Amino acid sequence: MTFERDARTALADGQLRGALRQATTLFGERRRAALSTVPDWEGARDRARAIKDETLEHLDRYLEQFAANAERAGARVHWARDAAEACDLIGAIAERRGARTVVKSKSMATEEIHLNAALARRHIEPVETDLGEYIVQLAGETPSHIVVPAIHKTKAQIAALFADKLGIVPSDDVATLTAAARAALRGSFAEADLGISGVNFAVAETGTILILENEGNARLTTSLPRTHVALMGIEKVIPRFADLDVFLQLLPRSGTGQVLTAYQSLLTGTKRRPEDEGPEELHIVVLDNGRSRMLAAAVTRQSLACIRCGACLNACPVYRQIGGHAYGSVYPGPIGAVLSPQLFGLARSAALPYASSLCGACRDVCPVKIDIPALLLHLRAEVVDSRVGKGRLRERLAFSIYAALMARPRLFEWVMRFARRLRIMPRLGAWTKWRDLRPLAPQSFREQWRTGLRDAGDADA
Amino acid sequence: MRVSLFVTCLADQLWPSAAVGAVGVLRRLGCAVEFDERQTCCGQPAFNTGYRPAARTLARRQIEIIESSAADAIVSPSGSCTAMVHHYDQLFDDSAWRARARGVADRTHELSSFLVNQLGVEDVGASFSGRLTWHDACHGLRDLGIKDEPRRLLRRVTGAELVELPNAEACCGFGGTFSVKYPEISVAILDEKVDAIERAGVDAVVSGDASCLMQIAGRLSRRGSMVRAMHLAEVLASK
Repeated sequence: MTFERDARTALADGQLRGALRQATTLFGERRRAALSTVPDWEGARDRARAIKDETLEHLDRYLEQFAANAERAGARVHWARDAAEACDLIGAIAERRGARTVVKSKSMATEEIHLNAALARRHIEPVETDLGEYIVQLAGETPSHIVVPAIHKTKAQIAALFADKLGIVPSDDVATLTAAARAALRGSFAEADLGISGVNFAVAETGTILILENEGNARLTTSLPRTHVALMGIEKVIPRFADLDVFLQLLPRSGTGQVLTAYQSLLTGTKRRPEDEGPEELHIVVLDNGRSRMLAAAVTRQSLACIRCGACLNACPVYRQIGGHAYGSVYPGPIGAVLSPQLFGLARSAALPYASSLCGACRDVCPVKIDIPALLLHLRAEVVDSRVGKGRLRERLAFSIYAALMARPRLFEWVMRFARRLRIMPRLGAWTKWRDLRPLAPQSFREQWRTGLRDAGDADA
Repeated sequence: MRVSLFVTCLADQLWPSAAVGAVGVLRRLGCAVEFDERQTCCGQPAFNTGYRPAARTLARRQIEIIESSAADAIVSPSGSCTAMVHHYDQLFDDSAWRARARGVADRTHELSSFLVNQLGVEDVGASFSGRLTWHDACHGLRDLGIKDEPRRLLRRVTGAELVELPNAEACCGFGGTFSVKYPEISVAILDEKVDAIERAGVDAVVSGDASCLMQIAGRLSRRGSMVRAMHLAEVLASK
């Protein structure tokens, strides 16, 4: 119900749709251009998927290996079963370190566990330092895209927001706006006692975490404060350092259409000597929060291969029209429609697997070849079997009648002829409000076949 | 060559001229066409909405019908329903039915792909006067990999001029039950397609699926457009 209502609201928002159309089209074009710089894109996708499949097959082993190597390098690894545990762990670390201000670089996992609210309850102020996240935080909103958090906002809206919240002279000059954000954020970096980041890849073989970004804010977040906390889902681990090669080819190209992001931070443990740069303490929090459930079956396991590039959002005709907020989840778009019901429960997200025309554009652009349409179909069957969601009773009845009718060709023909004679059309207001409904043909194909077409073949031949 | 027509319920009841056209083209190229009147629906609406038992029942029927045919090939004027037959094996756990499903899938072809890839024909002897554009139906394009075949056929139609839509490969927003579950989103997606069709200044938009055509035609007509929506088989059958 919420999805339907929120989607309708989004469709009525001309500014939102203009911003979405422009940004998703641009990212799509940039992605296509960036692909052409990889000699064997298909091969790279296959290799990456094979690495992910192998990792997920032995996930326990690789996670243990990663944790052992990260701790050997000086990190502390914590295991969080769910969002509450993760928030408690991170909150406790922040309190123990006496943190009042926390700087954060972009992390969907922290959005997933609603970390900012949990920190605020402990009277700790989280400051988002990724420009998009910063805009969204200033506006009191949530990200509407997993890579481009403020994709739903126009430049004019951001200008008005900055004038209001930062007290700058209203300007829609991008350089002026960015400079205002930078000036405000530098202060937060200077006073922050703790930095919180996400993780793009965690290398089991070395205990290294890799963070990709374009603004330098993640590098500051992970090196300036005395303590760094990195939050990662269990699926972020990859076996070998050399595996990064293929993922670094795929992720920036798929996500932002870049050959490489401006910064790649490879972090292994804490600083070794007092005069080195980097944090004194590094805490890596490994989050399950429903992920291990997806390991059970091959069809759902592939959900964990996702590297959060966001290409499927940009390619999705539904996302392109309604944006991310209508999905009502931190993970919107096609991959969100697949992840959200599995992470947060089918009953809460029963509408999402149906929020797709099953066109398959998401599967085409996915750098790790996740068969999102197959997953959506799997989840739709689960929705039907578990009897959640609205209007199921009527739908169930309709499909029972349909199946009974279609199994009986004579009855099917009789019913269709009857409907045609009496001009009975189903009352499909949902169709006819915006589209004309094509009437049943005066004579069906099978009738034409029987009354001349079949025998006409002998004459032609 | 003996060909059995997999008509699909939509073409049978709503767009029979597509099926009649397919029969005409196949016969013109020397095929003997058969039609099994036990056919109804391939089960795709049930499969796509999550009603797997109903889909399985109809899949078994369709598999039995196809197996009972001695024809050299099963040909359908629908990429979407052909793709459904190609997905039948996902519906079964037992290996016997999976094997039967795969056997049936191997014999089942979408019309344009059959003409170009199996018969090796591009010029089917059709003529049509006007500017045409092709809409790639998603399942034909992405599940079956059909992209060049219909374009090659249309380019050889005497008198027809084929122009490309900038968003030819974008979904029309139909998506089966999606089109009535979320009609506003469906139509928002559709309007981008219809805008492009109208800007292209064509006489007709051509596609390989009655379902997309129903969606596109329904909006064209509601917007009072003069552009016709035609099935590929209708164009290829015209003389």
